[in-house]
Amino acid sequence: MEGNLNALTTIFTEFYYWVTIVMMFLIHVGFCMYEVGVSRRRNHLKTLMKNAMAIPLVTVTFYLFGWWIYFGFPNGPGIAGGLVAAPFAEPWNPLMGTHLSGVNPGETGVTPTDAALWHRLNGVFWGAFLLFSITTASIISGSIIERARSGAFWIVAVLVGSVLWILDASWGWHPQGWMVKLWGYHDAYASGVVHAIAGGAALAFLIVLGPRIGKFKPDGTPRDIPPHNVWLVTIGLFLIFTGFWGFYAACNIPLISPATIAGQITGETWTATNIYLAPTTLSAITFNFLMSLSGGMLAGYIVSKGDPFWTFSMGLCGVISASAGNDLYHPVQALLIGAIVPTICYKLHYFVERRFKIDDAVGAVAVHGYGGFLGVVVAGFMLWGQPSSPYEGFAHINPLGNFAGAVLMVLLGFVPTFVVCKILNGMNLLRVPAKVELEGFDFALNHAFEASVREVGTAEKAMVK
Amino acid sequence: MSTNGMESWAVDLKDVGAIYPFQGSEGLMVIIGLVFWIGWHILQTRHENAEIEADMAADRSGEETRAAIDRH
Repeated sequence: MEGNLNALTTIFTEFYYWVTIVMMFLIHVGFCMYEVGVSRRRNHLKTLMKNAMAIPLVTVTFYLFGWWIYFGFPNGPGIAGGLVAAPFAEPWNPLMGTHLSGVNPGETGVTPTDAALWHRLNGVFWGAFLLFSITTASIISGSIIERARSGAFWIVAVLVGSVLWILDASWGWHPQGWMVKLWGYHDAYASGVVHAIAGGAALAFLIVLGPRIGKFKPDGTPRDIPPHNVWLVTIGLFLIFTGFWGFYAACNIPLISPATIAGQITGETWTATNIYLAPTTLSAITFNFLMSLSGGMLAGYIVSKGDPFWTFSMGLCGVISASAGNDLYHPVQALLIGAIVPTICYKLHYFVERRFKIDDAVGAVAVHGYGGFLGVVVAGFMLWGQPSSPYEGFAHINPLGNFAGAVLMVLLGFVPTFVVCKILNGMNLLRVPAKVELEGFDFALNHAFEASVREVGTAEKAMVK
Repeated sequence: MSTNGMESWAVDLKDVGAIYPFQGSEGLMVIIGLVFWIGWHILQTRHENAEIEADMAADRSGEETRAAIDRH
């Protein structure tokens, strides 16, 4: 690194993203608590492991190919150009490991420019994007509990977490993504690229999977299957809120000079930017994150009549629905979007459940899918005419571009997941047999636990004098 | 024409102020925020009154209440 200012900026940026990764891990602690809290006692352990094992699986596959997809596919390819070379993101490249910015003799695939930029940033950028990937996969996990096979979920988790979402991020959440260039797509904090796609995938999985036994009465009326531990659910959601601070911060570039953005922004003022390299501030997203969360919780408390599950879930939905434009909204606009969109999503959840017999155990399709979709659509109107990028020649933000983008996000999650679930179902790998569902997923584990308790108890009692 | 007045980012940031949409309507947005807040208290009080009325009408024998006390 040449020059103290460059070194300081690089190491500050490296540390900034590293902190966001740590914070985002809380999202997954929250997801696990939340999902276990919603499941019934006889399904706890397998429910926990189903979600938790998505972390290592998506991590390995995101290293092997997910990270490269992000840099390779911003043009489609075939829509705005060809495949983009991204040697620094290939898993066999020396920059995908410990590297100190020089180029060793015989070191292949590393240019001095790539080495200078990526040697300290590759791992932390990869990690931050990976945490988005795991979040996207985890969103699906809760909706399918208590009847889906873990193995089926893990295949879908890799598909969505390490392929589909990162492909849509390359298209619509990349400074040179074709959706940004051609459609003016704007989705700064991932309403569409994370949440709508995950909601679409969850909906596809649920349609093929079918409802839990007992969810619907013979006449088709839905029964309520209450969470076994509302405390665990709400603390889980609190942790997801906390982790979302890291998620938001990781969507920004913390510090960049106008010169680094190819001189598109004039003057000498350094700034934070969104993922499209357009200026914003951490203050802006702090205002808007909290106001949209508050809008969702306040509306959720009223429409659900104080139900803790839905009050917290609608708080999350409030954030998700304002996320597409939370880099640019006024706080009161974020509050109102955060209140109105989750109210629509809540109503839609119960309408879809009644009308189409979709058993979404945690409301993930509503909170993430409908919330993310509507959030992107609303941003298209609210930010109409604003520049989507600092680069010349990009389309401006507009309602049609964002609507088309929102539809594309949902379809990109829905269609491939539907096909894969159909194949898995045809191979009898999607759902457990009814007997296992009724016994509970932890049946054998619980028996082993009780046998161990009896055995050790008997041994201990024999020693009591 | 754009909702925040920005047509391009080819500007010197030291010359740019607020960039949220519909600048100039801050007063209106504050009023909307106040109405939202006060409206929430009105709706919440109505819901809570109905809930308390339902609780008052429930468990006339006191049996469930005594069981709840026993459970702590």
